[in-house]
Amino acid sequence: MNDGANILSIRDLRITADNERELVRGVSLEAGAGRFVALVGESGSGKTLIGRSILRLLPHGLAQRSGTISYLGRPIEGFSEKAMRNLRGSEIGMVFQEPLVSLNPAMRIGAQMAEGLRTHRDISADEIRRRSIAMLKRIRIPDPEGCLTAYPHQFSGGMRQRIMLASVMLLEPRLLIADEPTTALDSLSQRDVLDTMTELVRESGTAVLLITHDLGLVSNYADDVVVLKAGKVVEAGSVRRVIDTPRDGYTRRLIDAVPKLVAHSPQSRNGDVILEGENVRLTYGRKPGARPVLDGVSLRIRAGETLAIVGASGSGKTTLGRALLRLTDVDEGSILHRGRDITREPDRRLVSFRRQCQIVFQDPFSSLDPRMRVGAIVREALRGDSDLGRAEADRRVAATLDEVGLGAAFAGRLPHQLSGGQRQRVAIARAIVRRPELIVADEPISALDMTVQRQILDLFADLQARHGFTCIFISHDLAAVQQIANRIVVMDSGRIVEEGDTDAIFAAPSHDFTRRLIVAAPVFRRAATHSIQVRPEPEGDTVS
Amino acid sequence: MSARRGTKWKLNLLLGSVLGVVVLVLSVTGLFWTPGDPLKLDIMHRLQGPSGAFPFGTDEFGRDVLSRMMLGGGTSLILAAATVIGATTLGTILGLVNGFYRGWVDRIFMMFNDALLAFPGILLALGLVALIGAGKTGIILALTAAYTPKVVRIVRAAVLSLREREFVEASRALGNGSVYTMLRHVLPNTLTPIAVFATSMFGWAILVESALSFLGLGVPPPAPTWGNMLSTARPYLDSAPWLSVFPGLFIAMTLLAANLLGDALRDRLDPRTATA
Amino acid sequence: MMFLARRVGLIIPTVILVSLVVFLMIRAIPGDPVMLILGEGASKATIEAVRAQLGLDRPLPVQYILWIGQVLKGNLGHSLVTHEAVLPLIWDRFTLTALLILIAVAIASVIAVLAGLFAAWRQNSIWDLSIVILATLGLSLPSFWVGMLLLLVFGIWLGWLPIVGYVGFGEDPARAWQYLVLPVLALVFVEVGVLTRMARASTIEVLRLEYITHARAKGLSERRVLLRHALPNAFGPTWTLIGMVVGTLLGGSAVVETVFTLPGLGRLLVESIAARDYPVIQGCLLFIALTYVLLNLVVDLLYPLFDPRTAER
Repeated sequence: MNDGANILSIRDLRITADNERELVRGVSLEAGAGRFVALVGESGSGKTLIGRSILRLLPHGLAQRSGTISYLGRPIEGFSEKAMRNLRGSEIGMVFQEPLVSLNPAMRIGAQMAEGLRTHRDISADEIRRRSIAMLKRIRIPDPEGCLTAYPHQFSGGMRQRIMLASVMLLEPRLLIADEPTTALDSLSQRDVLDTMTELVRESGTAVLLITHDLGLVSNYADDVVVLKAGKVVEAGSVRRVIDTPRDGYTRRLIDAVPKLVAHSPQSRNGDVILEGENVRLTYGRKPGARPVLDGVSLRIRAGETLAIVGASGSGKTTLGRALLRLTDVDEGSILHRGRDITREPDRRLVSFRRQCQIVFQDPFSSLDPRMRVGAIVREALRGDSDLGRAEADRRVAATLDEVGLGAAFAGRLPHQLSGGQRQRVAIARAIVRRPELIVADEPISALDMTVQRQILDLFADLQARHGFTCIFISHDLAAVQQIANRIVVMDSGRIVEEGDTDAIFAAPSHDFTRRLIVAAPVFRRAATHSIQVRPEPEGDTVS
Repeated sequence: MSARRGTKWKLNLLLGSVLGVVVLVLSVTGLFWTPGDPLKLDIMHRLQGPSGAFPFGTDEFGRDVLSRMMLGGGTSLILAAATVIGATTLGTILGLVNGFYRGWVDRIFMMFNDALLAFPGILLALGLVALIGAGKTGIILALTAAYTPKVVRIVRAAVLSLREREFVEASRALGNGSVYTMLRHVLPNTLTPIAVFATSMFGWAILVESALSFLGLGVPPPAPTWGNMLSTARPYLDSAPWLSVFPGLFIAMTLLAANLLGDALRDRLDPRTATA
Repeated sequence: MMFLARRVGLIIPTVILVSLVVFLMIRAIPGDPVMLILGEGASKATIEAVRAQLGLDRPLPVQYILWIGQVLKGNLGHSLVTHEAVLPLIWDRFTLTALLILIAVAIASVIAVLAGLFAAWRQNSIWDLSIVILATLGLSLPSFWVGMLLLLVFGIWLGWLPIVGYVGFGEDPARAWQYLVLPVLALVFVEVGVLTRMARASTIEVLRLEYITHARAKGLSERRVLLRHALPNAFGPTWTLIGMVVGTLLGGSAVVETVFTLPGLGRLLVESIAARDYPVIQGCLLFIALTYVLLNLVVDLLYPLFDPRTAER
């Protein structure tokens, strides 16, 4: 506990909102030179506030009530605003979450990269330019000179994050605070960004404070971990120790929530084909050279099975799900429901089809009508079902709400009064209340906290066991998929690149893209002795 | 932060309501009863300042300004209300149907709507008044026609963005027909922007109606509106300034009330729907 | 370049439709235009002759084409009252109106952007509240009333500035500006409110975004953060609103011009409506509308300066 050796030292930090609510309740942690410390917690744990308070950049209305934050042994509470400004960027760098809005959209990249250097170092414009280009080359951005004069919106999310990392590391800070830098990215980009970060800090000996909710990421990159719950530290220690032998109940829950590769997945079924897509093609826009979103996809879904459609963002998996349900029209090919060609049928002829095939959307915030109460939302699904009388329908709604883990009390609530997990449960209730034969789940858990993800996944498995519906599970999260799917279909650029039973694919992926996806998914592997091994560093190329 | 937010809209609501109620009471009463006779000429007492008998003074014909203000207020409010109701109803129907169904009808219709929007609102109102003629009906028709395109644009924009929201798609996935989805899911969610816009429209309608009357293109004398009272007060600016002060003051009060209430409405409604 | 050409191309259908609307509006006015020109008691033959001369015996679409042809040649007809050519008359009045509006909007914009920026920066402080209150008051004032009060105070009671009349800049610049001070002031009072509120709202939005925190995290001075990062990004919506404000003033300049007895375009329009001088009405409507379309085009073309993302389309 020698403060002099630590770059960052926080003691008993308390942060309150102006209505006296304590959001951070006595947190202490340390980061030494060259150490990678992960601060883990779910939403509402206060982790972001801790990061911000190190730079004294708390938002309006929030203030550090007590405790000390020391940089290089000196408490920053005593620093003047000017001294803080000197620290910011130059000695303590910060990288943010949303690549879309963390770079100023109206300023060229070169100007933004140069700003920090100009403020803190006394070097010429040529030298600044030289260093910027060198750094961009280091992180393998193609055409570094062109990048300097370009605007942020011309790059993808992953590249923007790496550019932001580069411009922060240009100043060679002693401490880097990374606030959920990869949360908004898909799994391949996540790996790239974190690999870049690891590379850059190892050379300069910078201490890193990684703020995240993703314990899987932590296990692969961090040295030490601090687990935060509702503003308090529940556990801290080296990553190895905490993950192998967690002492706190919450830590254990978090670890359990991380998808682990199981030994055996559910076996494949061989029922009738209920839904099928034949050589489906779809292109957006009318430009002649446009790449098709769906490029000749053929797929058969059998009764009772759970089929996972996996791919990166932009692979066409979501569009395929929509196309199969005829929520999107296709340009060529056919969609068949139990043998009946429904490719061009208008909505009014699809009523019985719709009764049998339902969908659960990704975003629980926008899939529920903000003006309807929960009970009415679920009830609406029963509309037009003439066999059910009023009272019977009410009973069914109440029973379904119970089934998804929400009590009858929820029926009167409005969506904005519910949490993300609760809203998703409502969406699931809406989907199953009619006892459909097929449910398409379009990334149903990616927008949720990790422990909640686990709960919803379990709910799905549970409901399926009970009602026996067929399920198409669309996701980019391989580990989640491995637990519940019989069969997997891997998509890339609008085509199916691999297809087969889950176990077979995980054991021996034949397509290069599948391999990359498996490797990129941060997971734990439970060895035969029931202890969790952190996945070893994989070989394989890094994508830029 | 949220505590502050809470007080702000309540303050607006309070202030706006107080002003609004004052104006409303005076005006609505004015339609049925006034202390004096707004049209009665009384040359002997012309151009007198505020006094016991004439709290707001008399005009160049000796008519009681207070009574004229009350009647004028009632007239202005009715004209503005009629305009808002007309433009909102028409605009909502057109914007809803076009935005929801799209297609070539929508394209052609929006071309014309954009052409009408290419005119500044007052200009369109002036042109239509030239076409239809001045007078109460004329003003209502001209203003309604001038403001409907704006409502259409707002409603259509809201509908277009709502269409992409997943709960609309979910309604389709449940097998609901498009008319049902449009009326049950899309329309109720457009009410917020419509309501907020309607309050500003009310303010503009009052303003434009009084401007038109001021220019002699609105309600013709001897019927009073605040606008034409200001117009006839101009020659007597130095000799009888009260004739210029009171009508304008009440126009300003009404506008302020409309703006404050509109602000309160917006502040109250937006945070709810913006909860993420 | 492509962006420019495309945007310009997009307004052509609008321009055509605007001219169509103006044409139809005037044609829809009840009453026979020929009778208006000739008055009662004209012989049938004369009526027919004039009708043919004006092209009124041709089908409507043809009349429209003929009219457009004349407009493109710069011929907007002649006033029924004074018989002078309409276009030069409009142009002459327009120069004064344009001067008035541009000066007023420029002053109001500068005040509004600075006030809005400051209010957003110090949100919920006493300064912010005062600015919001003033802005709300401002936009609740009718311009003609403000004009009359200004005349009362500065013209009559204090006697600092002239009350009626007008002297053009061409004739006597030294005295000319005196006649413009009060009208400009009236317009500024009325428009600064709505501009300030928009500037404040969009700045508040921008200050909440992550790149502002990022800029502060780089150790930049608050001034640089506000002026170099916040302001350019926040200015966009205000810029669009400025375009709309100019348009509104173009349409409604008649009121201020009437109060201050200035020979502007707005007054010309109103007088011609009262006098049923249809060629002038038509000319004014067309001119003002097309000016507004052009104005919006300029506003759109300059928008990428503040938000480069819009340039891609």
